[in-house]
Amino acid sequence: MSTEALSANSIRMTGLRTIVIREYGRIVRIWAQTLVPSAVTATLYFVIFGSLIGRRIGDMGGFDYRAYLAPGLIMMSVITNSYGNVVSSFFGAKFGKHIEELLVSPLPNWIIVVGYVCGGLIRGMLVGLVVTIVALLFTHLHVHHVGIILAAVFLTSAVFALAGFINAVYAKNFDQINWIPAFVLTPLTYFGGVFYSVSLLPDWAQHISMANPILHMVNAFRYGFLGTSDVSVTRAFIIMGACVVVLFFWALQLLNRGTGTRD
Amino acid sequence: MQALSVRGLTKTYKNGVQALKGLDLDVAQGDFFAMLGPNGAGKTTLIGIVTSLVTKSAGQVSVFGHDLDTDLERAKACIGVVPQEFNFNMFESPETIVVNQAGFYGVERAVARERAEKYLKQLSLWDKRKVMARSLSGGMKRRLMIARALMHEPRLLILDEPTAGVDIEIRRSMWEFLREINEQGTTIILTTHYLEEAENLCRNIAIIDGGRIIENNSMSTLLRRLQTESFLLTLRDQQTQAPVIEGYGIKLIDDHTIEVEISKDQGLNDIFAALSAGGIEVLSLRNKVNRLEEMFMRLVENRQP
Ligand SMILES: Nc1ncnc2c1ncn2[C@@H]1O[C@H](COP(=O)(O)OP(=O)(O)O)[C@@H](O)[C@H]1O
Ligand SMILES: [Mg+2]
Repeated sequence: MSTEALSANSIRMTGLRTIVIREYGRIVRIWAQTLVPSAVTATLYFVIFGSLIGRRIGDMGGFDYRAYLAPGLIMMSVITNSYGNVVSSFFGAKFGKHIEELLVSPLPNWIIVVGYVCGGLIRGMLVGLVVTIVALLFTHLHVHHVGIILAAVFLTSAVFALAGFINAVYAKNFDQINWIPAFVLTPLTYFGGVFYSVSLLPDWAQHISMANPILHMVNAFRYGFLGTSDVSVTRAFIIMGACVVVLFFWALQLLNRGTGTRD
Repeated sequence: MQALSVRGLTKTYKNGVQALKGLDLDVAQGDFFAMLGPNGAGKTTLIGIVTSLVTKSAGQVSVFGHDLDTDLERAKACIGVVPQEFNFNMFESPETIVVNQAGFYGVERAVARERAEKYLKQLSLWDKRKVMARSLSGGMKRRLMIARALMHEPRLLILDEPTAGVDIEIRRSMWEFLREINEQGTTIILTTHYLEEAENLCRNIAIIDGGRIIENNSMSTLLRRLQTESFLLTLRDQQTQAPVIEGYGIKLIDDHTIEVEISKDQGLNDIFAALSAGGIEVLSLRNKVNRLEEMFMRLVENRQP
């Protein structure tokens, strides 16, 4: 059975499965870098903000601060890890040249994008699960709407996996894959309603916050648990869906043009 | 059917280097074909375009009749490539690397596992299948890339300087292995800057220099041509036609100059004797240097120890 005898469709499906298996293998192989740090960070946040300071804070948005904080922390780790997985895996593949294994193969570019995004989703979900378990050690998680929780976490993970992919395509050195997370992602996340309700902010700051897509994602996700949100949940889902579509075609276009991958 | 057909291929890199300058090339199905040329000739660029790692500036490429512009996926499915530089994940094991590569070409995992065993054994890597790739020796890394390229059993195998930096014993066993693969029907294109390697393996050869093919011939014709030397002889008296001397090819260049082709085992004395017997006096003689010989000299300087 030579590859030429296979239908294009079966090549694509086997190829996609292989990329996903390889990405999963990478996450598991270097688990100390991929799965552990977020669990540690989340634990620290719960101990310091949740238990020590949180007791002084009292309620937030009408809920115990730890219950309010938990969805935010889960989302923060999903964002960081979805992004981090794709940016470092794809940039590593460029740097080590093994991206050529995919570029010479008969797989179309969209399969390559989808494959890497699946890697980001897997890592995002795994870490999300780990942080959820950590959260359960500190607080009780009420579930208002499980469908919204899953949809929000899935879409958010996809958005940041795609963003990580685009960052990796453009990046020419390791500094450039650390720059965006440090100077863009972290501030947006911290100002994105992970730790507080925007209703605490003055009007002008609330308006500015509305331009931050992470605020919408975190609030939609939190709505799935608590049934309350600072923003319109419908609009949040429209924003997430639009981001996925735009970033996907951006990423695809970069591969089609060979930006950062083909001379 | 041509395994590879290239027409008017040009490549100008972003930094302005023109690596290919209108290159034409055909490689027949089943051939064992050498592309010989010095460093910087454009061999890797050509392979890069054929395997779609490099975008072409102009021209056409088709692989077993599949045009890269219109039928890319099918063209790619026919090719297995062994690049000049290591390009596998150094932190993965040989087994993982080859099984995954098969998957990228659509080979089911169970089949891929069987093939991994077959090719890793044939290339003496089976014992090392579980170690991290970066711990392999240079020769093993090369062989790993050959195994990887064969996992989807391509009809065309392209190897870019596969024996660079590989010691003589391993080089010979690699040659033997490639010969077998070729006999089983795989078309092979190999680049090298060692004439010796091409001589040992290939039936047909193209010599590439400065982004152009300067010679494209069967290996035996090329070797015969390299066995002869041409001399330009200036004569005292005007000639109207080239003198005829048994065993020598002689051409009249102008009325006082003839060109004589002498194979390296023939002596110059005989030709002078024959010419003076015919009443022709030679004033001077110079060696005619052709581009092929020049290239050959450069390649010989590069010859492996
Ligand atoms: N990525 C690149 N960017 C710019 N110039 C390149 C690049 N790759 C190769 N070149 C130039 O193109 C020419 C041909 O190189 P190459 O195809 O590698 O030759 P060969 O493989 O025959 O040694 C050389 O002058 C080389 O410097
Ligand atoms: Mg080269």
